[in-house]
Amino acid sequence: MTALSKSWERAVVPLFILAAWEVFSRSGFLPAALLPAPSVVLHTWGDWIFGFDETSQGNTGRWVADALSSATRVAAGYGIAVVSGVLLGIAIGWWRWVERTVEPTIQMLRPVPPVSWIPLAIIWFGIANKPAIFLVFLGAFFPILMNTIHGVKTADRNLIRAASMMGATEQQLLRHVVFPAALPSIFAGLRIGIGAAWMLTVTAEMVAVKSGLGYVLWDSYYFLRYDLVLAAMASIGLLGYATDALIKVLMSAALHWQHGSTLQSREG
Amino acid sequence: MASIDLQNITKIFRDAKRKRDLLAIDDVSLSVEQNEFLCLLGSSGCGKSTLLNMIAGFEKPTEGTVTVGGKLVDGPGADRGMVFQQANLMPWLPVWENVAFHLRLKGWRKADRRDAAQEYIDMVGLRGFENHFPAELSGGMSQRVGIARALLLNPQVILMDEPFAALDAQTKMDMQEELVAIWQKQRCTVVFVTHSVDEALVLGTRVAVMTSRPGRIRELIALDLPRPRDTTGPRFNDHKRHILNLIREEGMQQRQAAVA
Repeated sequence: MTALSKSWERAVVPLFILAAWEVFSRSGFLPAALLPAPSVVLHTWGDWIFGFDETSQGNTGRWVADALSSATRVAAGYGIAVVSGVLLGIAIGWWRWVERTVEPTIQMLRPVPPVSWIPLAIIWFGIANKPAIFLVFLGAFFPILMNTIHGVKTADRNLIRAASMMGATEQQLLRHVVFPAALPSIFAGLRIGIGAAWMLTVTAEMVAVKSGLGYVLWDSYYFLRYDLVLAAMASIGLLGYATDALIKVLMSAALHWQHGSTLQSREG
Repeated sequence: MASIDLQNITKIFRDAKRKRDLLAIDDVSLSVEQNEFLCLLGSSGCGKSTLLNMIAGFEKPTEGTVTVGGKLVDGPGADRGMVFQQANLMPWLPVWENVAFHLRLKGWRKADRRDAAQEYIDMVGLRGFENHFPAELSGGMSQRVGIARALLLNPQVILMDEPFAALDAQTKMDMQEELVAIWQKQRCTVVFVTHSVDEALVLGTRVAVMTSRPGRIRELIALDLPRPRDTTGPRFNDHKRHILNLIREEGMQQRQAAVA
């Protein structure tokens, strides 16, 4: 199959949804303001990005700044979650005493929805970047941690034997055997984590921050600008998709050794 | 000086589920000379792998001592190269990195590791496969990488735990021949665990026939057959008949013990 017809395959479902939506909103079944047509949303979105006719009012031309402030929060919270989740996950998976002392607390905190931390986050950090970063961290940390623990625990014991036969110290075992062996599982956690990170930035921005895509979304709701609400939703979806694609690229570079031995390698 | 010395080794496994102790190895003493090729021959579950793991340092004897080169064994180390039943290669490293893994641990630079690996890759006949990943190798090729990796340690002794058990007959014969050639060239001491009488007779300078449950050494047989060994010759078959008789006797005693 050619590359062109493959990308066509990917576009079929979104194009169909857009066309059906356009027809439905133009049919007059619902008042146009309640479900703006894709063409209207696209127009508003364009003004939000490029600022050509101020259809998006105060937001005109401000999209890049809004997207950047959301992305910065995601990057900060996610970055902290990756480093701490992977390190703690390796420690819990490797040393029994760490597992015994730390894991019960973590398993108790894990079912608490990150969103329920919002009141405390606002009291502790005020209305600014910090509560959002804290929430993003909470959302991304647990999936990364759980998957790292799983990856370490399912590492092949025989590989550890082989490495200690070659004189590996405990620290070397962790770095040269356990970490690479856990990497496929860690990447699964990273991909779940990035989704959670975007969800929680937007939630935090609706409540505890006065900038970013989530803030625009909630603010537009107050002003009954559903076209802007939809444009904000589409922006979040697109950015989430792009960051996930970035992680997938990193993953296939880091796990290139799996090519040819897993189902994944069938993908173009 | 003996290269490997096992003195009055006893191993008891605790069966936690049934709250019972299992005597796996009962008072085994054995010494292996330098440059010897000793085959530990026994049926599955006779404790031959346990014995090998104790020399490797993966397991500790309940009683008795293991010394290698005069030094008491108290853990795994690079002075004893081990080749496992499965090759146990790091799947994320290409062939040459697997062979040179020991040098990676010692912090050698990449170019130096690559150079050092080549000699051993050539020795096991894998030239041209340096950059393949383990998933792309056949079983025989993976075992060759495992052997090259053990040889690169330049160890006093090489321990082999049924390394050819999973290979097809033709590959197995080729690998046995090559192993003997490498052993003759490297002048190292080999302890080779196997359950195949033929394999033990093709490879070893001595064969230790083990009894099972508890594991003991039934008989030590010195082989003075010329190499390459003629597997159809009368002297080879005399040895084979003798060992098979030992094994048969052993099986009969076991069955009688089970009935009683």
